[in-house]
Amino acid sequence: MGTTLFEKIWKNHVVTDRDHESLIYVDRLLLQENSFHAFDKIRREKRTVRNPDQAFAFSDHYVPTRNRELGLDGITDPEIRNMVDLIASDTDTYGIELFGIGHDYQGILHVVGPEYGITQPGLVIAGADSHTSTHGALGAYAFGIGSSEVAHVLATQTLWRSKPKTLRVTINGKRQPGVSSKDLILFLIRTIGSGGAVGFAVEYGGDTVEQLSVEARMTVCNMSIEAGARAGLIAPDQKVFDYMKGRPLAPTGPDWGKAIAHWSSLKSDSDATFDREVQIDASSIVPQVTWGTNPEMVVDVTSKIPDPSSETDSERQGRMIRALEYMGLSANQSIQSIQLDRVFIGSCTNSRLEDLRIAAQVLNDQSCRIPTMIVPGSEQVKRAAEDEGLHEIFQRAGAEWLAPGCSMCVAINGDKLGSGERAASTSNRNFEGRQGQGGRTHLVSPAMAAAASITGQFENISNYAEASLWNL
Amino acid sequence: MEPLIKLTSRAVPLPLANINTDQLFPARFIKKPRAVGYAQYLFHDIRRPDDGQLSTEFPLNQEKFNESKILVAGPNFGSGSSREGAVYALYDSGFRAIFAPSFGEIFASNCLKNGMLTARLNADAIHQIQTELTTTENPELSIDVAEEALITSAGTKIGLDLDPFQKHCLINGLNEIDLSLEFDDAITQFESDYRKAFPWITS
Repeated sequence: MGTTLFEKIWKNHVVTDRDHESLIYVDRLLLQENSFHAFDKIRREKRTVRNPDQAFAFSDHYVPTRNRELGLDGITDPEIRNMVDLIASDTDTYGIELFGIGHDYQGILHVVGPEYGITQPGLVIAGADSHTSTHGALGAYAFGIGSSEVAHVLATQTLWRSKPKTLRVTINGKRQPGVSSKDLILFLIRTIGSGGAVGFAVEYGGDTVEQLSVEARMTVCNMSIEAGARAGLIAPDQKVFDYMKGRPLAPTGPDWGKAIAHWSSLKSDSDATFDREVQIDASSIVPQVTWGTNPEMVVDVTSKIPDPSSETDSERQGRMIRALEYMGLSANQSIQSIQLDRVFIGSCTNSRLEDLRIAAQVLNDQSCRIPTMIVPGSEQVKRAAEDEGLHEIFQRAGAEWLAPGCSMCVAINGDKLGSGERAASTSNRNFEGRQGQGGRTHLVSPAMAAAASITGQFENISNYAEASLWNL
Repeated sequence: MEPLIKLTSRAVPLPLANINTDQLFPARFIKKPRAVGYAQYLFHDIRRPDDGQLSTEFPLNQEKFNESKILVAGPNFGSGSSREGAVYALYDSGFRAIFAPSFGEIFASNCLKNGMLTARLNADAIHQIQTELTTTENPELSIDVAEEALITSAGTKIGLDLDPFQKHCLINGLNEIDLSLEFDDAITQFESDYRKAFPWITS
């Protein structure tokens, strides 16, 4: 019987087995400012770091998006500044490379990992962030871990893992104009629920996924965790090989050929079986918008807010009522009648060059009716966008063009929604308080967010004459 | 790590589904050093929904459930981010065991690393225990990790299906890094073979 992509990567990394757990070798460890507990543990227990050159650290969660030219002095809050200081001193102590403020490749760990070539097909990547699932888009087994497990990887280069079950999500069909990979993953989470993939490693496949660019695939894998899956992955193909070529850490010389040969073997065999299968018809999907406080609370942009009174499950009904109350919305209100206060385009889900190109196409020669922040995912994205003049389009429209980082996705660097403020956001979580205490988040694609910026409301961008020309 | 073998304690029901780590431990507190004690941040914003005052509707704010070490939660508990502060906040508040129909996976891993039991029970059993805790005057549960059993205050015994590795770590209060370093030779051998097979990865 054939094996799956996931099983092939797993098998290559098993050091030893014990009971139902395997000791798995970790190729890359990704760190961010919140990893300080892990370094504290290493110090407290007097451990050594086994392979510092297999760890990579990023200043992204706390870095300011304004006054970046001032460096650390641009951070006025002493507690926030301390976090940016700490990762610098901890990585210096243990000889770990830091992509910090001023680095040419500074940016969000899930944007920089692939663009620097840290992420490669076939690797096991553990990251101090739940959205490490992003890296699965290049055919890696990548998942988030907490501080204790970060310390474990630092000390041993391994992790104990019980083998997850496998779920294949097959997405076929031609997308309607204006429907992006963000809409595909929101639709999937809506379909299987925010706990729907707990315990599974998800492999995405099908014509629609194959047609997606590597960056668009990252958006899909990124939000696997919002369906409960620690990891989501896609078999690497020629698009991935082309993407890898020439990245700073990509293989070179004779290694390139060897790597391609190995990467080419990383796909599920035709007779491989999965523990579970889900099929999605992409042609039926229209732009998606979240209305509640969990990423499974999703509806079509053309529809209305669901009515709790028609929900028969009382527990679910209670959650809907609570979500509507928090969101300040009414049952049966049309999605396109919601008045927005702000727009945020950024985050590890949607801050890459292609995302910004789409936002620029929508915003070209338009003006933002509501305050709009555009935060590129990395210095490299920022520079590439500026080389194409995208920043001028944004600035002409009245949007803020800011410095790279996580910014208002997690709202701990000072960028946040005020209480009661409502945003269209390209990020990944619409939890209560996620973008600021009392803030209200609607998750959408970059094109939807940009369109919302122009009118202050959600628009059905599938109807835009130019939508069929967008390279989504 | 403190071993967890047997525990009898008050238990608090929290029937809400999909409680996420942003609710358990809001992100703005992640930057606080552990030494300040994380108990003050547990469920910070949902305990104080409006004007900063503790809401008596929230079970953890009710005197009846003070000093609970056991939480009986809804499905998909601890979903969301990888922040271990969510576990520290529970731990510093005295919690040592959580029962739910399902857990966020990263959260459950983080619990184990801190000697906190997470055990899945079916939704009906959870609902029954929650109802009992709410109605009884003595909301107490007993856990026996070795025997894989949960006993309610009414005396009902419910079997637990614990992962052998989890059980072993909890009972022995194992620091997993020490355990793993016992395999140091195997790791070194693996690494050497691996680097020969895939020279471009770590060169």
